[in-house]
Amino acid sequence: MNILVCITHVPDTTSRIAFTENNTKFDKNGVQFIIGPYDDYALARAVELKEANGGKVTVLNVGEAETEPTLRKALAIGADEAIRVNAFPSDSYFVAKQIADVAKQGEYDLILMGRESIDFNGGMVHGMVGEMLGLPSFSPVMVLEMEGNTAKITREIEGGKEKLEVNLPFVAGCQEPIAEWKIPNMRGIMSARTKPLNVVEPTDNTKLTEIAQYELPAPKGAVKMIDADNVEELVNLLKNEAKVI
Amino acid sequence: MSVLVFIETEDGKIKKSSREAISYGAAIGEVTAIALGSVSNEELASAGVNGATKVLHAADEKLNAGLIQPYTEVIAKAFESTGAEVLVTAKSSLADAVVGRVSVKLGAALASNVSELPKTDSGFVVKQSIYTGKAFVNTTLTTDKKILAIKKNAIELKTDGAAASVEAFDVALDDALFGAKITSSEKAEGDVLLPEADIVVSGGRGLKGPENWGIIEDLAKTLGAATGCSKPVSDMDWRPHHEHVGQTGVKVSPSLYIAVGISGAIQHLAGVNSSKYIVVINKDEEAPFFKAADYGIVGDAFEVLPKLNEALKKALA
Repeated sequence: MNILVCITHVPDTTSRIAFTENNTKFDKNGVQFIIGPYDDYALARAVELKEANGGKVTVLNVGEAETEPTLRKALAIGADEAIRVNAFPSDSYFVAKQIADVAKQGEYDLILMGRESIDFNGGMVHGMVGEMLGLPSFSPVMVLEMEGNTAKITREIEGGKEKLEVNLPFVAGCQEPIAEWKIPNMRGIMSARTKPLNVVEPTDNTKLTEIAQYELPAPKGAVKMIDADNVEELVNLLKNEAKVI
Repeated sequence: MSVLVFIETEDGKIKKSSREAISYGAAIGEVTAIALGSVSNEELASAGVNGATKVLHAADEKLNAGLIQPYTEVIAKAFESTGAEVLVTAKSSLADAVVGRVSVKLGAALASNVSELPKTDSGFVVKQSIYTGKAFVNTTLTTDKKILAIKKNAIELKTDGAAASVEAFDVALDDALFGAKITSSEKAEGDVLLPEADIVVSGGRGLKGPENWGIIEDLAKTLGAATGCSKPVSDMDWRPHHEHVGQTGVKVSPSLYIAVGISGAIQHLAGVNSSKYIVVINKDEEAPFFKAADYGIVGDAFEVLPKLNEALKKALA
């Protein structure tokens, strides 16, 4: 199987979020960047499918040079080669177009990515890529098993799940428990240094949105502690102060 | 401005989040809604209460299951035939899968997790929740056609409209769009849907085992709430994955979130930080969740919850 895995390069989930330049730029100071957690599940499943069925895993990121360590980590986890589209990923349509154009250059059986990035949380790119390529797309996918050319997938729906069968090729936005995250071992880290990482320029600069300004939410007030023997006080506060019951 | 709203239904009823989307649409223009699959005319007409003037109904039974490509086709056709400028939908599991495709089909800019009405004094600017609720971004949509996916529980429901007219909307659907076959579907019956819920009661490892979930369910029942859980609880299969609240699970934005026996790891907080009020009940007074809470009780869940349930029953009687 020839699998394309699209990954994001995003702040670690524990990062403090702040902005600079009059709230127009993300403040990277002191922030550690990681493979998007959902993308990491997609990558782990792709590596498992390759190990079971043979083939190749190509990992793709749309980002500037600073994302290369993240791509190298994906190679250490088990991807065979990496592609970086050299551009800042400022708009979901723009990112989807770069992915679709890379996908057209290869014969991919499967295009996997996370259900959403954890920076912008849009969850839209998998659908856009599917439509651009004229392929089916599914999200959020929590199980993906292959039987010959047919995939059996489980998609989470609100309050439950549904099972589907579909033939390759298609696009899937993944989430747990599709696979366990893989931690790179020493051999993987060593071999990642020599695996190919190709940089290509964007094919199309169309963007449909522009970022005007970021904002932080208002700070939370102090917690009111209530004695465990006085739950009536909590009920009173919920009813008369918060007015939520 | 002409607005099309995509209505999702659940057990034959319009979802609350879709009613919020209609209310949002009505605040910015004249709303035509589109509903797919089997649902009664009476239910569809009730979209008028929230501000829809007209509801288009693509009643084909093949659309009863939320199939992504056929839905894309019908919604895009409805957008074009109504001459709409903006498509509004709730942000949901289904809408996430569909609207990216619609956006490409129509060449429409798309903004997700929209939490406020647009500002239109210079361009069309919407506020989106990002970094899993830790920040917002104001985004300008630069195309004539636009798509907005609205964050749940962020928009006040309009409830004073008159009944909407309902019209059949038939779209010829190519068999090629039905390439994916749904083989089975499982859904919790009769429960309040977690992402839609106005009140959520969540349990963590502090409850010691799945056999103890009765006190969570009792409290949820009293409040008409949905039940949720922390990641370890879903990882250990005490509760199903669709109840897992957090960074890699469901993100909720209820009016009230009650966390019981959950320490408050940052990944859990990421799933709940859009809640209007948070109550934390934990026997460890050092639990980090208290810092993110509005109200806190240090105590044993097995003692506090039954007492709280009784007090709530009395207050709500």
